[in-house]
Amino acid sequence: MTRTGIVAWNTFREAVRDRVLYNLVFFALLMMATAVLVGQISIGIDSIVIVSLGLSAVSVIGLLMAVFIGVGLVYKEMDKRTLYALLAKPIRRWEFLLGKFAGLLLTLTVNTAAMAVGLFLTLFYVNRALHSADLVVLTAVYFILLKLAIIVALALLFSCFTTPFLSICFTAGIYVTGLFVKDIRSFSDITGNPALDRVAVWFSYLLPNFQNFDVMGAAAHGRAIPGAIVAQNTLYAAVYCAIVLAAAAVIFSRRNLK
Amino acid sequence: MPALAIETLGLTKDFPVGFWLAKKRRALEGLSVQVEAGEIFGLLGPNGAGKSTAIKLLMGLIFPTAGTARILGRPISDVRMHGDIGFLPEQPYFYDYLTAAELLDYFARFHDLTSADRRERIANMLKKVGLDGAGKIQLRKYSKGMLQRVGLAQAILHDPQVVILDEPMSGLDPIGRREVRDIILDLRRGGRTILFSTHILSDAEMLCDRVGVLVGGKLRGVGSPDQLVGMKVSGMEVLFELAADPPAAASLLLAKAIRTGDRYRLEVPVAELYKTLDALRAEGAQILSVTQIKGTLEDYFLDLVGADRAQPAAVEVSSR
Repeated sequence: MTRTGIVAWNTFREAVRDRVLYNLVFFALLMMATAVLVGQISIGIDSIVIVSLGLSAVSVIGLLMAVFIGVGLVYKEMDKRTLYALLAKPIRRWEFLLGKFAGLLLTLTVNTAAMAVGLFLTLFYVNRALHSADLVVLTAVYFILLKLAIIVALALLFSCFTTPFLSICFTAGIYVTGLFVKDIRSFSDITGNPALDRVAVWFSYLLPNFQNFDVMGAAAHGRAIPGAIVAQNTLYAAVYCAIVLAAAAVIFSRRNLK
Repeated sequence: MPALAIETLGLTKDFPVGFWLAKKRRALEGLSVQVEAGEIFGLLGPNGAGKSTAIKLLMGLIFPTAGTARILGRPISDVRMHGDIGFLPEQPYFYDYLTAAELLDYFARFHDLTSADRRERIANMLKKVGLDGAGKIQLRKYSKGMLQRVGLAQAILHDPQVVILDEPMSGLDPIGRREVRDIILDLRRGGRTILFSTHILSDAEMLCDRVGVLVGGKLRGVGSPDQLVGMKVSGMEVLFELAADPPAAASLLLAKAIRTGDRYRLEVPVAELYKTLDALRAEGAQILSVTQIKGTLEDYFLDLVGADRAQPAAVEVSSR
Protein backbone atom coordinates (compact mmCIF):
# COMPACT_ATOMS: atom_id res chain seq x y z
CA MET A 1 0.00 0.00 0.00
CA THR A 2 1.31 3.48 -0.80
CA ARG A 3 1.88 6.02 1.95
CA THR A 4 -1.15 7.97 0.73
CA GLY A 5 -3.18 4.76 0.82
CA ILE A 6 -2.09 4.02 4.41
CA VAL A 7 -3.32 7.46 5.56
CA ALA A 8 -6.52 7.09 3.53
CA TRP A 9 -7.34 3.72 5.08
CA ASN A 10 -6.76 5.09 8.59
CA THR A 11 -8.99 8.09 7.85
CA PHE A 12 -11.74 5.72 6.73
CA ARG A 13 -11.21 3.59 9.84
CA GLU A 14 -11.49 6.70 12.02
CA ALA A 15 -14.80 7.68 10.40
CA VAL A 16 -16.20 4.19 10.88
CA ARG A 17 -15.09 4.00 14.53
CA ASP A 18 -16.43 7.47 15.23
CA ARG A 19 -19.81 6.06 14.13
CA VAL A 20 -20.10 8.47 11.23
CA LEU A 21 -21.92 5.85 9.17
CA TYR A 22 -24.74 5.80 11.73
CA ASN A 23 -26.41 8.45 9.56
CA LEU A 24 -27.42 5.54 7.34
CA VAL A 25 -29.94 4.54 9.99
CA PHE A 26 -31.57 7.95 9.63
CA PHE A 27 -31.61 7.57 5.85
CA ALA A 28 -33.12 4.09 6.10
CA LEU A 29 -35.87 5.36 8.39
CA LEU A 30 -36.57 8.26 6.00
CA MET A 31 -36.86 5.92 3.02
CA MET A 32 -39.14 3.53 4.91
CA ALA A 33 -41.41 6.38 5.96
CA THR A 34 -41.45 7.67 2.38
CA ALA A 35 -42.33 4.25 1.01
CA VAL A 36 -45.25 3.94 3.39
CA LEU A 37 -46.54 7.48 2.91
CA VAL A 38 -45.96 8.00 -0.79
CA GLY A 39 -48.85 5.81 -1.87
CA GLN A 40 -51.25 7.80 0.26
CA ILE A 41 -50.25 11.31 -0.84
CA SER A 42 -49.39 10.90 -4.53
CA ILE A 43 -51.21 9.38 -7.48
CA GLY A 44 -48.95 8.01 -10.21
CA ILE A 45 -45.92 10.02 -9.22
CA ASP A 46 -44.57 7.68 -6.57
CA SER A 47 -41.20 7.24 -8.26
CA ILE A 48 -40.73 10.98 -8.80
CA VAL A 49 -41.33 11.71 -5.10
CA ILE A 50 -39.12 8.88 -3.90
CA VAL A 51 -36.23 9.74 -6.26
CA SER A 52 -36.43 13.47 -5.50
CA LEU A 53 -36.57 12.95 -1.77
CA GLY A 54 -33.97 10.18 -1.81
CA LEU A 55 -31.45 12.14 -3.90
CA SER A 56 -32.00 15.25 -1.78
CA ALA A 57 -31.28 13.24 1.37
CA VAL A 58 -28.17 11.67 -0.22
CA SER A 59 -26.95 15.13 -1.16
CA VAL A 60 -27.68 16.83 2.17
CA ILE A 61 -26.24 14.02 4.32
CA GLY A 62 -23.17 13.87 2.08
CA LEU A 63 -22.76 17.64 2.25
CA LEU A 64 -22.94 17.69 6.03
CA MET A 65 -20.36 14.92 6.27
CA ALA A 66 -18.06 16.49 3.67
CA VAL A 67 -18.08 19.90 5.33
CA PHE A 68 -18.04 18.94 9.01
CA ILE A 69 -15.55 16.09 8.74
CA GLY A 70 -13.57 17.78 5.95
CA VAL A 71 -12.74 20.91 7.95
CA GLY A 72 -11.38 18.80 10.79
CA LEU A 73 -9.27 16.46 8.68
CA VAL A 74 -6.04 18.41 9.03
CA TYR A 75 -6.95 20.83 11.81
CA LYS A 76 -7.75 18.07 14.28
CA GLU A 77 -4.44 16.35 13.60
CA MET A 78 -2.59 19.63 14.18
CA ASP A 79 -4.64 20.58 17.22
CA LYS A 80 -4.27 17.22 18.95
CA ARG A 81 -0.68 16.94 17.71
CA THR A 82 -1.21 13.43 16.36
CA LEU A 83 0.51 14.76 13.27
CA TYR A 84 3.88 15.11 15.01
CA ALA A 85 4.61 11.41 15.23
CA LEU A 86 3.17 10.78 11.77
CA LEU A 87 5.25 13.40 9.97
CA ALA A 88 8.34 11.91 11.63
CA LYS A 89 7.77 8.88 9.40
CA PRO A 90 9.01 8.89 5.82
CA ILE A 91 5.92 10.60 4.44
CA ARG A 92 5.71 13.92 2.62
CA ARG A 93 3.16 16.45 3.72
CA TRP A 94 1.34 16.38 0.38
CA GLU A 95 1.05 12.60 0.64
CA PHE A 96 -0.58 12.99 4.05
CA LEU A 97 -2.96 15.59 2.66
CA LEU A 98 -3.90 13.46 -0.32
CA GLY A 99 -4.41 10.49 2.00
CA LYS A 100 -6.82 12.44 4.18
CA PHE A 101 -8.74 13.55 1.07
CA ALA A 102 -8.89 10.01 -0.31
CA GLY A 103 -9.91 8.62 3.08
CA LEU A 104 -12.88 10.94 3.46
CA LEU A 105 -13.84 10.40 -0.17
CA LEU A 106 -13.80 6.65 0.45
CA THR A 107 -16.05 7.16 3.50
CA LEU A 108 -18.44 9.30 1.46
CA THR A 109 -18.44 6.77 -1.38
CA VAL A 110 -19.32 3.89 0.93
CA ASN A 111 -21.98 6.02 2.64
CA THR A 112 -23.45 7.25 -0.64
CA ALA A 113 -23.40 3.77 -2.17
CA ALA A 114 -25.28 2.39 0.84
CA MET A 115 -27.84 5.17 0.55
CA ALA A 116 -28.20 4.49 -3.20
CA VAL A 117 -28.93 0.85 -2.42
CA GLY A 118 -31.57 1.99 0.07
CA LEU A 119 -33.09 4.27 -2.54
CA PHE A 120 -33.31 1.46 -5.10
CA LEU A 121 -34.82 -0.91 -2.52
CA THR A 122 -37.49 1.70 -1.79
CA LEU A 123 -38.20 2.13 -5.51
CA PHE A 124 -38.46 -1.64 -5.88
CA TYR A 125 -40.78 -1.90 -2.87
CA VAL A 126 -43.15 0.77 -4.20
CA ASN A 127 -43.12 -0.16 -7.92
CA ARG A 128 -42.65 -3.91 -7.40
CA ALA A 129 -40.02 -3.70 -10.17
CA LEU A 130 -37.00 -1.71 -11.34
CA HIS A 131 -36.98 -0.18 -14.82
CA SER A 132 -34.06 0.69 -17.05
CA ALA A 133 -35.03 4.37 -16.71
CA ASP A 134 -34.25 4.08 -12.99
CA LEU A 135 -30.58 3.67 -13.86
CA VAL A 136 -30.34 7.42 -14.41
CA VAL A 137 -30.59 7.68 -10.62
CA LEU A 138 -27.14 6.10 -10.48
CA THR A 139 -25.77 8.92 -12.66
CA ALA A 140 -27.35 11.46 -10.32
CA VAL A 141 -25.74 9.74 -7.32
CA TYR A 142 -22.41 9.76 -9.13
CA PHE A 143 -22.75 13.51 -9.76
CA ILE A 144 -23.48 14.04 -6.06
CA LEU A 145 -20.24 12.22 -5.27
CA LEU A 146 -18.32 14.45 -7.70
CA LYS A 147 -19.81 17.48 -5.99
CA LEU A 148 -18.83 16.10 -2.59
CA ALA A 149 -15.26 15.53 -3.79
CA ILE A 150 -14.95 19.22 -4.65
CA ILE A 151 -16.41 20.22 -1.29
CA VAL A 152 -14.00 17.93 0.59
CA ALA A 153 -11.07 19.44 -1.34
CA LEU A 154 -12.24 22.96 -0.44
CA ALA A 155 -12.78 22.07 3.23
CA LEU A 156 -9.32 20.52 3.31
CA LEU A 157 -7.79 23.63 1.76
CA PHE A 158 -9.34 25.92 4.38
CA SER A 159 -8.49 23.58 7.24
CA CYS A 160 -4.82 23.97 6.31
CA PHE A 161 -4.71 27.59 7.41
CA THR A 162 -7.75 28.53 9.47
CA THR A 163 -10.02 27.39 12.28
CA PRO A 164 -12.83 24.84 11.78
CA PHE A 165 -15.50 27.52 12.29
CA LEU A 166 -14.09 29.76 9.57
CA SER A 167 -13.45 26.74 7.35
CA ILE A 168 -17.14 25.79 7.64
CA CYS A 169 -18.17 29.38 6.81
CA PHE A 170 -15.85 29.55 3.79
CA THR A 171 -16.77 26.11 2.45
CA ALA A 172 -20.50 26.62 2.95
CA GLY A 173 -20.23 30.09 1.41
CA ILE A 174 -18.52 28.76 -1.69
CA TYR A 175 -21.03 25.93 -1.95
CA VAL A 176 -24.00 28.27 -1.84
CA THR A 177 -22.37 30.71 -4.27
CA GLY A 178 -21.47 27.80 -6.54
CA LEU A 179 -25.18 27.00 -6.90
CA PHE A 180 -25.73 30.39 -8.55
CA VAL A 181 -22.80 30.53 -10.97
CA LYS A 182 -25.02 31.07 -14.02
CA ASP A 183 -26.76 33.96 -12.28
CA ILE A 184 -23.42 35.56 -11.47
CA ARG A 185 -22.41 35.30 -15.14
CA SER A 186 -25.54 37.17 -16.18
CA PHE A 187 -24.87 39.90 -13.66
CA SER A 188 -24.41 42.56 -16.34
CA ASP A 189 -28.02 42.07 -17.45
CA ILE A 190 -28.99 43.67 -14.15
CA THR A 191 -26.28 46.29 -13.79
CA GLY A 192 -25.44 47.11 -17.42
CA ASN A 193 -21.86 47.75 -16.30
CA PRO A 194 -19.34 45.97 -18.62
CA ALA A 195 -16.45 46.31 -16.13
CA LEU A 196 -18.50 44.72 -13.36
CA ASP A 197 -19.59 42.06 -15.83
CA ARG A 198 -15.99 41.11 -16.58
CA VAL A 199 -15.18 40.88 -12.85
CA ALA A 200 -18.31 38.79 -12.24
CA VAL A 201 -17.49 36.44 -15.11
CA TRP A 202 -13.91 35.91 -13.92
CA PHE A 203 -15.14 35.40 -10.38
CA SER A 204 -17.70 32.86 -11.58
CA TYR A 205 -14.98 30.82 -13.30
CA LEU A 206 -13.03 30.61 -10.05
CA LEU A 207 -16.05 29.20 -8.26
CA PRO A 208 -17.05 25.55 -8.59
CA ASN A 209 -20.12 25.34 -10.80
CA PHE A 210 -22.38 23.07 -8.79
CA GLN A 211 -25.31 23.70 -11.12
CA ASN A 212 -23.67 21.34 -13.62
CA PHE A 213 -24.04 18.48 -11.15
CA ASP A 214 -27.73 18.99 -10.48
CA VAL A 215 -29.60 16.41 -12.53
CA MET A 216 -32.22 15.58 -9.94
CA GLY A 217 -35.09 16.63 -12.20
CA ALA A 218 -33.88 14.44 -15.06
CA ALA A 219 -33.33 11.51 -12.69
CA ALA A 220 -36.79 11.84 -11.13
CA HIS A 221 -38.42 11.81 -14.56
CA GLY A 222 -36.22 9.04 -15.92
CA ARG A 223 -34.66 11.22 -18.63
CA ALA A 224 -31.32 9.88 -19.83
CA ILE A 225 -28.19 11.95 -19.24
CA PRO A 226 -25.79 12.07 -22.22
CA GLY A 227 -22.41 10.40 -21.79
CA ALA A 228 -20.70 13.63 -22.84
CA ILE A 229 -22.15 15.39 -19.78
CA VAL A 230 -20.91 12.57 -17.53
CA ALA A 231 -17.41 12.82 -19.03
CA GLN A 232 -17.42 16.62 -18.85
CA ASN A 233 -18.50 16.69 -15.20
CA THR A 234 -15.98 14.00 -14.27
CA LEU A 235 -13.16 15.94 -15.90
CA TYR A 236 -14.32 19.21 -14.37
CA ALA A 237 -14.44 17.76 -10.84
CA ALA A 238 -11.06 16.05 -11.27
CA VAL A 239 -9.34 19.22 -12.50
CA TYR A 240 -11.00 21.41 -9.88
CA CYS A 241 -10.03 19.01 -7.07
CA ALA A 242 -6.47 18.78 -8.39
CA ILE A 243 -6.08 22.58 -8.40
CA VAL A 244 -7.56 23.00 -4.92
CA LEU A 245 -5.50 20.14 -3.48
CA ALA A 246 -2.34 21.52 -5.08
CA ALA A 247 -3.02 24.87 -3.40
CA ALA A 248 -3.66 23.09 -0.09
CA ALA A 249 -0.39 21.14 -0.46
CA VAL A 250 1.59 24.35 -1.11
CA ILE A 251 0.10 26.02 1.99
CA PHE A 252 0.45 22.98 4.22
CA SER A 253 4.01 22.23 3.11
CA ARG A 254 5.12 25.63 4.39
CA ARG A 255 3.11 25.61 7.58
CA ASN A 256 4.86 25.62 10.95
CA LEU A 257 3.21 23.17 13.32
CA LYS A 258 2.97 24.58 16.82
CA MET B 1 27.08 5.86 9.04
CA PRO B 2 28.70 9.34 9.11
CA ALA B 3 30.81 10.24 12.17
CA LEU B 4 28.35 13.04 12.92
CA ALA B 5 24.81 11.80 13.41
CA ILE B 6 23.31 15.25 13.94
CA GLU B 7 24.78 18.60 13.03
CA THR B 8 23.17 22.02 13.32
CA LEU B 9 24.72 25.21 12.07
CA GLY B 10 23.35 28.54 13.28
CA LEU B 11 19.83 27.16 13.62
CA THR B 12 17.54 30.07 14.42
CA LYS B 13 13.78 30.29 14.80
CA ASP B 14 11.59 33.37 15.20
CA PHE B 15 7.86 33.11 15.89
CA PRO B 16 5.49 35.94 15.02
CA VAL B 17 3.62 37.27 18.06
CA GLY B 18 0.95 39.85 18.82
CA PHE B 19 -2.50 40.41 17.29
CA TRP B 20 -1.13 41.49 13.90
CA LEU B 21 1.80 39.06 14.13
CA ALA B 22 4.01 42.05 13.46
CA LYS B 23 6.49 41.34 16.24
CA LYS B 24 8.80 38.39 16.36
CA ARG B 25 9.94 36.39 19.32
CA ARG B 26 13.20 34.52 18.95
CA ALA B 27 12.76 31.03 20.34
CA LEU B 28 16.14 29.73 19.23
CA GLU B 29 19.24 31.67 18.31
CA GLY B 30 22.15 30.36 16.30
CA LEU B 31 22.18 26.80 17.60
CA SER B 32 25.36 25.11 16.42
CA VAL B 33 25.86 21.69 17.87
CA GLN B 34 27.30 18.38 16.74
CA VAL B 35 26.16 15.00 17.99
CA GLU B 36 28.51 12.15 17.23
CA ALA B 37 27.30 8.77 16.08
CA GLY B 38 26.67 6.40 18.96
CA GLU B 39 26.47 8.98 21.73
CA ILE B 40 23.67 10.05 24.03
CA PHE B 41 23.28 13.79 23.87
CA GLY B 42 21.00 15.67 26.22
CA LEU B 43 19.45 19.04 25.54
CA LEU B 44 18.94 20.70 28.88
CA GLY B 45 17.11 23.85 29.70
CA PRO B 46 14.25 25.31 31.69
CA ASN B 47 10.75 25.56 30.22
CA GLY B 48 10.74 27.86 27.19
CA ALA B 49 14.49 27.53 26.66
CA GLY B 50 14.08 26.38 23.05
CA LYS B 51 14.61 22.61 23.48
CA SER B 52 11.37 21.56 21.80
CA THR B 53 11.82 24.22 19.12
CA ALA B 54 15.23 22.76 18.28
CA ILE B 55 13.79 19.26 18.10
CA LYS B 56 10.81 20.32 15.98
CA LEU B 57 13.22 22.01 13.58
CA LEU B 58 15.23 18.82 13.30
CA MET B 59 12.09 16.83 12.59
CA GLY B 60 10.83 19.26 9.95
CA LEU B 61 7.70 20.14 11.94
CA ILE B 62 8.67 23.81 11.82
CA PHE B 63 11.05 25.58 9.47
CA PRO B 64 14.16 27.55 10.44
CA THR B 65 14.32 31.32 10.11
CA ALA B 66 18.05 30.94 9.53
CA GLY B 67 20.67 28.22 9.67
CA THR B 68 20.79 24.62 8.55
CA ALA B 69 20.90 21.16 10.03
CA ARG B 70 21.82 17.71 8.84
CA ILE B 71 20.96 14.30 10.21
CA LEU B 72 23.03 11.31 9.09
CA GLY B 73 24.66 13.61 6.55
CA ARG B 74 21.37 14.54 4.89
CA PRO B 75 19.53 17.87 5.08
CA ILE B 76 16.52 17.93 7.42
CA SER B 77 14.23 18.79 4.50
CA ASP B 78 14.81 15.28 3.10
CA VAL B 79 11.95 13.22 4.56
CA ARG B 80 13.38 9.95 3.20
CA MET B 81 15.89 9.99 6.04
CA HIS B 82 12.97 9.73 8.48
CA GLY B 83 13.20 6.01 7.77
CA ASP B 84 16.38 6.06 9.87
CA ILE B 85 15.03 8.32 12.60
CA GLY B 86 12.75 7.61 15.53
CA PHE B 87 10.92 10.48 17.18
CA LEU B 88 8.94 10.81 20.39
CA PRO B 89 7.08 14.14 20.62
CA GLU B 90 6.62 15.92 23.93
CA GLN B 91 3.47 14.78 25.75
CA PRO B 92 2.49 12.54 22.86
CA TYR B 93 -1.13 12.10 21.86
CA PHE B 94 -2.23 9.48 19.39
CA TYR B 95 -5.38 8.42 17.56
CA ASP B 96 -7.55 7.42 20.49
CA TYR B 97 -9.83 5.21 18.39
CA LEU B 98 -6.91 2.83 17.75
CA THR B 99 -5.46 0.22 20.06
CA ALA B 100 -1.74 0.38 20.84
CA ALA B 101 -1.07 -2.57 18.53
CA GLU B 102 -3.07 -0.93 15.70
CA LEU B 103 -1.23 2.36 16.16
CA LEU B 104 2.15 0.65 16.00
CA ASP B 105 1.03 -1.30 12.94
CA TYR B 106 -0.17 1.92 11.28
CA PHE B 107 3.18 3.65 11.82
CA ALA B 108 5.20 0.53 10.92
CA ARG B 109 3.55 0.41 7.50
CA PHE B 110 5.37 3.61 6.52
CA HIS B 111 8.65 1.75 6.93
CA ASP B 112 7.78 -0.92 4.35
CA LEU B 113 7.93 -3.76 6.88
CA THR B 114 6.23 -7.02 5.94
CA SER B 115 3.08 -8.09 7.74
CA ALA B 116 4.86 -10.90 9.62
CA ASP B 117 7.76 -8.63 10.56
CA ARG B 118 5.35 -5.98 11.83
CA ARG B 119 3.47 -8.47 13.98
CA GLU B 120 6.67 -9.80 15.53
CA ARG B 121 8.17 -6.37 16.17
CA ILE B 122 4.94 -5.03 17.68
CA ALA B 123 4.65 -7.95 20.11
CA ASN B 124 8.29 -7.56 21.16
CA MET B 125 8.07 -3.80 21.46
CA LEU B 126 4.91 -3.83 23.58
CA LYS B 127 6.70 -6.22 25.91
CA LYS B 128 9.80 -4.02 25.96
CA VAL B 129 7.89 -0.91 27.01
CA GLY B 130 5.81 -2.79 29.56
CA LEU B 131 2.52 -2.83 27.66
CA ASP B 132 2.32 -6.46 26.61
CA GLY B 133 -1.04 -6.91 28.30
CA ALA B 134 -2.50 -3.66 26.99
CA GLY B 135 -1.91 -3.92 23.25
CA LYS B 136 -5.58 -4.47 22.44
CA ILE B 137 -6.94 -1.61 24.53
CA GLN B 138 -8.00 1.59 22.76
CA LEU B 139 -5.62 4.47 23.42
CA ARG B 140 -8.47 6.64 24.78
CA LYS B 141 -8.33 4.42 27.88
CA TYR B 142 -4.58 4.89 28.36
CA SER B 143 -3.01 6.94 31.14
CA LYS B 144 -0.43 9.63 30.40
CA GLY B 145 2.40 7.31 31.35
CA MET B 146 1.07 4.54 29.11
CA LEU B 147 0.82 6.95 26.18
CA GLN B 148 4.44 7.91 26.81
CA ARG B 149 5.41 4.24 26.59
CA VAL B 150 3.46 3.81 23.34
CA GLY B 151 5.19 6.92 22.05
CA LEU B 152 8.56 5.44 22.82
CA ALA B 153 7.55 2.15 21.20
CA GLN B 154 6.54 3.81 17.92
CA ALA B 155 9.79 5.79 17.92
CA ILE B 156 12.05 2.74 18.02
CA LEU B 157 9.87 0.08 16.40
CA HIS B 158 11.66 0.32 13.04
CA ASP B 159 15.11 0.13 14.64
CA PRO B 160 16.28 3.62 13.64
CA GLN B 161 19.89 4.81 13.62
CA VAL B 162 19.05 8.09 15.34
CA VAL B 163 16.45 8.43 18.09
CA ILE B 164 15.17 11.88 19.05
CA LEU B 165 13.11 12.05 22.22
CA ASP B 166 11.39 15.19 23.49
CA GLU B 167 11.05 14.93 27.29
CA PRO B 168 10.93 11.11 27.33
CA MET B 169 10.58 10.86 31.12
CA SER B 170 7.63 13.22 31.29
CA GLY B 171 4.55 11.70 32.92
CA LEU B 172 6.33 8.56 34.04
CA ASP B 173 6.49 7.17 37.56
CA PRO B 174 9.90 6.20 39.02
CA ILE B 175 9.62 2.65 37.67
CA GLY B 176 8.70 3.95 34.21
CA ARG B 177 11.62 6.38 34.27
CA ARG B 178 13.97 3.60 35.18
CA GLU B 179 12.63 1.47 32.32
CA VAL B 180 13.00 4.31 29.82
CA ARG B 181 16.55 4.92 31.03
CA ASP B 182 17.31 1.24 30.47
CA ILE B 183 15.85 1.39 26.96
CA ILE B 184 17.96 4.45 26.13
CA LEU B 185 21.12 2.76 27.42
CA ASP B 186 20.17 -0.38 25.52
CA LEU B 187 19.85 1.66 22.31
CA ARG B 188 23.30 3.11 22.83
CA ARG B 189 24.73 -0.37 23.37
CA GLY B 190 23.22 -1.22 19.99
CA GLY B 191 25.21 1.64 18.42
CA ARG B 192 22.28 4.04 18.08
CA THR B 193 22.56 7.79 18.54
CA ILE B 194 20.14 9.35 21.00
CA LEU B 195 19.29 12.99 21.39
CA PHE B 196 16.81 13.82 24.09
CA SER B 197 15.58 16.93 25.79
CA THR B 198 14.90 17.11 29.47
CA HIS B 199 14.78 19.44 32.40
CA ILE B 200 15.36 16.57 34.82
CA LEU B 201 19.06 17.02 35.51
CA SER B 202 19.61 13.72 37.28
CA ASP B 203 18.49 11.87 34.13
CA ALA B 204 20.92 13.85 32.03
CA GLU B 205 23.76 13.29 34.50
CA MET B 206 23.05 9.59 34.59
CA LEU B 207 22.58 8.96 30.85
CA CYS B 208 24.33 11.54 28.73
CA ASP B 209 27.77 11.36 27.20
CA ARG B 210 27.42 15.06 26.51
CA VAL B 211 24.83 17.72 27.19
CA GLY B 212 24.02 21.08 25.67
CA VAL B 213 22.46 23.68 27.95
CA LEU B 214 19.93 25.98 26.33
CA VAL B 215 18.77 29.07 28.16
CA GLY B 216 16.65 31.81 26.61
CA GLY B 217 17.02 30.25 23.15
CA LYS B 218 20.81 30.30 23.25
CA LEU B 219 23.24 27.46 23.73
CA ARG B 220 25.19 28.37 26.87
CA GLY B 221 27.42 25.34 27.23
CA VAL B 222 28.24 21.98 25.65
CA GLY B 223 30.26 19.15 27.08
CA SER B 224 30.14 16.04 29.19
CA PRO B 225 28.38 16.53 32.53
CA ASP B 226 31.75 16.00 34.27
CA GLN B 227 33.41 18.63 32.10
CA LEU B 228 30.68 21.17 32.66
CA VAL B 229 30.53 20.86 36.40
CA GLY B 230 34.32 20.39 36.58
CA MET B 231 34.90 23.82 35.13
CA LYS B 232 33.99 25.40 38.41
CA VAL B 233 35.52 24.53 41.81
CA SER B 234 33.29 25.90 44.52
CA GLY B 235 35.65 25.14 47.46
CA MET B 236 37.99 22.67 49.15
CA GLU B 237 37.20 19.85 51.53
CA VAL B 238 39.73 18.96 54.21
CA LEU B 239 39.46 15.63 56.03
CA PHE B 240 41.46 15.33 59.26
CA GLU B 241 41.78 13.57 62.61
CA LEU B 242 42.75 14.91 65.98
CA ALA B 243 45.14 13.14 68.36
CA ALA B 244 42.74 13.84 71.24
CA ASP B 245 39.27 15.25 71.66
CA PRO B 246 39.29 19.01 71.22
CA PRO B 247 39.04 21.04 74.40
CA ALA B 248 35.73 22.67 75.27
CA ALA B 249 37.09 26.05 74.20
CA ALA B 250 38.26 24.80 70.80
CA SER B 251 39.15 27.19 68.04
CA LEU B 252 36.52 28.67 65.75
CA LEU B 253 37.94 26.58 62.91
CA LEU B 254 37.35 23.30 64.73
CA ALA B 255 33.88 24.43 65.68
CA LYS B 256 33.03 24.74 61.96
CA ALA B 257 34.15 21.18 61.20
CA ILE B 258 31.63 18.35 60.99
CA ARG B 259 32.58 15.29 63.06
CA THR B 260 31.82 11.77 61.84
CA GLY B 261 33.28 9.17 64.21
CA ASP B 262 36.94 10.04 64.72
CA ARG B 263 37.17 12.12 61.59
CA TYR B 264 36.41 15.76 60.93
CA ARG B 265 35.33 17.32 57.62
CA LEU B 266 35.82 20.98 56.93
CA GLU B 267 34.80 23.01 53.85
CA VAL B 268 36.80 26.15 53.13
CA PRO B 269 37.13 28.63 50.24
CA VAL B 270 40.02 27.88 47.83
CA ALA B 271 41.82 31.09 48.79
CA GLU B 272 41.87 30.14 52.47
CA LEU B 273 43.14 26.56 52.02
CA TYR B 274 46.80 27.01 53.04
CA LYS B 275 45.95 29.30 55.96
CA THR B 276 43.43 26.68 57.18
CA LEU B 277 45.91 23.81 56.84
CA ASP B 278 48.50 25.74 58.88
CA ALA B 279 45.91 26.48 61.58
CA LEU B 280 44.80 22.84 61.73
CA ARG B 281 48.38 21.62 62.08
CA ALA B 282 48.81 24.11 64.92
CA GLU B 283 45.80 22.45 66.61
CA GLY B 284 47.59 19.09 66.28
CA ALA B 285 45.39 17.78 63.49
CA GLN B 286 46.48 15.02 61.13
CA ILE B 287 45.44 15.93 57.57
CA LEU B 288 44.03 12.88 55.79
CA SER B 289 42.97 14.37 52.46
CA VAL B 290 42.29 17.60 50.62
CA THR B 291 39.82 17.48 47.70
CA GLN B 292 38.14 19.95 45.37
CA ILE B 293 34.45 20.55 45.83
CA LYS B 294 32.92 20.69 42.36
CA GLY B 295 29.41 21.87 41.64
CA THR B 296 26.70 19.53 40.42
CA LEU B 297 25.12 19.83 37.01
CA GLU B 298 22.23 21.43 38.82
CA ASP B 299 24.50 24.18 40.21
CA TYR B 300 25.90 24.80 36.75
CA PHE B 301 22.42 24.87 35.25
CA LEU B 302 21.01 27.21 37.89
CA ASP B 303 23.95 29.59 37.46
CA LEU B 304 23.23 29.84 33.73
CA VAL B 305 19.51 30.30 34.23
CA GLY B 306 20.12 32.92 36.88
CA ALA B 307 22.46 34.84 34.61
CA ASP B 308 19.93 34.74 31.78
CA ARG B 309 17.07 36.01 33.90
CA ALA B 310 19.12 39.09 34.58
CA GLN B 311 18.57 39.96 30.87
CA PRO B 312 14.80 39.51 30.42
CA ALA B 313 14.49 41.37 27.10
CA ALA B 314 17.09 39.27 25.30
CA VAL B 315 14.62 37.27 23.23
CA GLU B 316 12.59 40.09 21.67
CA VAL B 317 14.34 40.53 18.36
CA SER B 318 12.45 42.77 16.00
CA SER B 319 9.24 44.29 14.83
CA ARG B 320 8.13 44.91 11.25
